Amino acid sequence: MSDEMDMDEGGTIKKFMFVNRKAPYGSIYALEALEVVLISAAFEQDVSMAFVDDGVYQLMKNINSEGTEIKNFSKTYRALEGYDIEKLYVEQESLEARGLTEDNLIVDVTVLPAAEMGKLMAEQDVVISH
Amino acid sequence: MLHIVNKSPYERNSLDAALRSVTEGSALLLIEDAVYAATQGNAAAAKIQSAAAAGIKVFALKPDLETRGVADRVMDGVSLVDYGGFVDLVAEQPNCQSWL
Repeated sequence: MSDEMDMDEGGTIKKFMFVNRKAPYGSIYALEALEVVLISAAFEQDVSMAFVDDGVYQLMKNINSEGTEIKNFSKTYRALEGYDIEKLYVEQESLEARGLTEDNLIVDVTVLPAAEMGKLMAEQDVVISH
Repeated sequence: MLHIVNKSPYERNSLDAALRSVTEGSALLLIEDAVYAATQGNAAAAKIQSAAAAGIKVFALKPDLETRGVADRVMDGVSLVDYGGFVDLVAEQPNCQSWL
């Protein structure tokens, strides 16, 4: 039995999935998740992000926070690609329940039905929820 | 009376609690994550529309809609207010309840 996976420069690469279920500006969860994801990128792990329930609202286009003077971190999702975080999964049921489509989102994502998302989640070494 | 809701309709039952209590001539103001309830195609859309049809004045805070990228998705029957309008609503109504 081996718990070793792909070796890269002597380190073990694990599959990390960050699951986001909260709307972006009503609480600190979404921003905190982004911070952790960016830190994880520095460790060259196999990172993916899942957006479920109100978490899909994190990816809305056209965010303008001038009126509320809250820090707008919307563009950070676009910068993830630069950190080799390219696996962004959005649950189809969550989008549909909010009257949204992929076109409403600020980044390219893979839309998956809940059952597929569940399979993907089950394959991970580590699942971190926000 | 002014009823203020600030939670997403998907995450809490605050909007439902407010809608059970509203009376004709009351106003309902959606702020923070509750503004998602004012968007087209959301799960609470029918509830908001039936409240509006029953004579409840429904408002949503525009800066909160803009911050969430949904200002262009507001459904018919919902009026937008800025912070000044928020203050006016509080001042106009004899009392208010925040459904936290």
